[in-house]
Amino acid sequence: MSQATATVEHIPTAARAQAAVASLGPWAWARANLFGSWWSTAVTLALGYVIARVLISLFIWGVVNAVWTVPYSNTGVADTAICQNLKGVGACWAILTDKYRLILFGRYPYDQQWRPAIVVVLFIGLFVVSGMRRFWRKELALVWLVTLIAVGILMWGGILGLPEVSEDYWGGLPITLILATFGLAFAFPLAVLVALGRRSTKLPAVKMLCVLYVEIIRGVPLIAVLFMASVMFPLFMPAGVNVDKLLRAQIAFILFAGAYLAEVVRGGLQALPKGQGEAADALGLSYWKKTGFIILPQALRLVIPPLVNTFIGFFKDTSLVLIIGLFDLLTMGKVALSDPPWQSFSTEVYIGLALVYIAFCFAMSKYSRSLERDLNRSRVR
Amino acid sequence: MRLSWSDPVFRAVVWQVVIVGIVGTIAWYLIRNTSENLAARHIATGFGFLGRVAGIPIGESLIPYNPAVDTYGTALVIGVLNTLKVAVIGVILATILGTIIGIGRLSKNWLLAKLTAFYVETLRDIPLLLQLLFWYTILQGLPGPKQSWHLGSFAFLSNRGMKIPVLEWQAAHSWAVLAFVIGIVVTAIANRRARTQQEATGDRPVVWPIALAALVAFPVIVWTVLGAPFQLELPVLRGFNFQGGATLSPEYFALMLGLVTYTASYIAEIVRSGIQAIPIGQWEAAGALGLHNGLILRQIILPQAMRVIIPPMTSQYLNLTKNSSLAVAIGFQDIVSIANTTLNQTGQAIEGIAVIMAVYLTISLSISVFMNWYNARIALVER
Repeated sequence: MSQATATVEHIPTAARAQAAVASLGPWAWARANLFGSWWSTAVTLALGYVIARVLISLFIWGVVNAVWTVPYSNTGVADTAICQNLKGVGACWAILTDKYRLILFGRYPYDQQWRPAIVVVLFIGLFVVSGMRRFWRKELALVWLVTLIAVGILMWGGILGLPEVSEDYWGGLPITLILATFGLAFAFPLAVLVALGRRSTKLPAVKMLCVLYVEIIRGVPLIAVLFMASVMFPLFMPAGVNVDKLLRAQIAFILFAGAYLAEVVRGGLQALPKGQGEAADALGLSYWKKTGFIILPQALRLVIPPLVNTFIGFFKDTSLVLIIGLFDLLTMGKVALSDPPWQSFSTEVYIGLALVYIAFCFAMSKYSRSLERDLNRSRVR
Repeated sequence: MRLSWSDPVFRAVVWQVVIVGIVGTIAWYLIRNTSENLAARHIATGFGFLGRVAGIPIGESLIPYNPAVDTYGTALVIGVLNTLKVAVIGVILATILGTIIGIGRLSKNWLLAKLTAFYVETLRDIPLLLQLLFWYTILQGLPGPKQSWHLGSFAFLSNRGMKIPVLEWQAAHSWAVLAFVIGIVVTAIANRRARTQQEATGDRPVVWPIALAALVAFPVIVWTVLGAPFQLELPVLRGFNFQGGATLSPEYFALMLGLVTYTASYIAEIVRSGIQAIPIGQWEAAGALGLHNGLILRQIILPQAMRVIIPPMTSQYLNLTKNSSLAVAIGFQDIVSIANTTLNQTGQAIEGIAVIMAVYLTISLSISVFMNWYNARIALVER
């Protein structure tokens, strides 16, 4: 899908036409773009009316009548009477100011919550660094390794004077980021191997295994894979071995992501001109040298934009662990809502959560599009 | 065959034996553990449980169901039907909404283009599960049946879901449907004959009067001759709830709303890029041949755009079907939900998961096969 969009991202005619019109001043612009015909005028007026109504009522609900803080009783229980009275008239953002630490960091010990906060910053830093083309070299893998180890140390603790925190207490945004990032980090090498296996002509048995794996995983919903991890995994292990719930979900994610990424990588391998491989063969390179030095560096570069899009998908999909009872960002939102005084303010919490997801996904998709443009520039002239 | 490491054939065989061996060993190890664990927990494997009485209460079902007597097998069939009910209607609605929004993004009207772009950008960036939960709580927060929002006395939207009138089905309606099916066949034959004649003589005979007669007039006449029965069963408020009419449960309604609006945002992008992928020269060239706009769109642009649109559209249809499994989070009883209840009640984890996977693999493969056939039919025939 992203390849389809890639081919049309750079259609300059519309942009040029717009620029020319814009230079004639706002009235000319409005006449061309808002009141071009009677049909266009009608659409503009109707939409303008609806948008204005919606924005005004949203503003009144979300800002004018909104409640930002509520008083607390002596026992520390929030008194949400003001919010209850304003229900439907004004937003109760007080639930977010009251619960934001719980939603973001889960049941992690309160005085230790600077640790997951640093973890979140580390992850964002890792994404930013990986996104900069200046840093696209082998050392980046090392940066990933170091960051992921640092994340582990910070979250678990137990060394360097950090008190130990069991993963039962992890929750919120770090879980979402861990599932998505570790999922990608481990699924990617798997995906490359599977994609190569699926393309191989000399190893029919291996090819069949890869096709089976990819098609089965892609044919079933993620929930089925997660259920499998949570229900069947304990049966797979020898008696007495108990694998943690988070790790089980992580393995499910890696297997799931591996199949999808394998198809993305295969797309890159297919897009590479055949002559590259043949030339490498003619030079007498072995299979692994040919693949490692000639094929993969070019093929992977081709698939970076769809790779980012796939990653955005996984980032959103991590919310599905709600169904198997892991405490990611979305689940923590629901946990916050289970507190009796706050129970009826789900809209506010869902809007807050949506904004967090939008912030991450929008940044990544914006980046992916700019990257697509940059990478295409060299090919399109 | 010489057994030498420098022989590629020998190497290939060795590698395959090694890799398949490793995978096989892991599989064997897992299966052995599983059977030991099952034996330790006294769980019998096999699908015998399908014949036992289920006792799962099911809210909505397309076939009659009584939890006291019906079996797990029946419950699972209901789950499959519910999944299909979501998938089929969802695909149709999402395609319509997505196409409208995709064309809206290409509009010359700045406001419309920006609004549809905003829709696409926002909905794509919020996890579907979050959207479903959001819609579900909104629907649950609606007023009760007595204060429901209504459209005349036809449709009522309350926290019990959406109430809509249903047509009282009579024999005349079945006959009219049959007449319509005959009409389709007649139209298809007329179309084919017109094409043969066009290929032979260059002149295409007019088909639309035949089509109109066969598809509209014929069923209407059949229906009128049989007495033109038309009676709607309206939902009526009695006491605390509605009687009569059909119900879209809040769960189904929320699931539909979430799935359709979410998938439509992806379909909109596919439609937009499909139309934009056709060079403007195609419009101009067709215009130069003297074709009018509608004909250009139908005969020149759409057939080409469809080639770009079909493959990604297929994967969106598959995604919608697979995403319908999120129903379990808001309590709509699709196959995942019912299979999950079944495996919790019976302890048949492996069989339960196997049922889910088999159902989705079957649906996915069917959609793929159909769309591949359609794609091959419209694909550009090269050399």
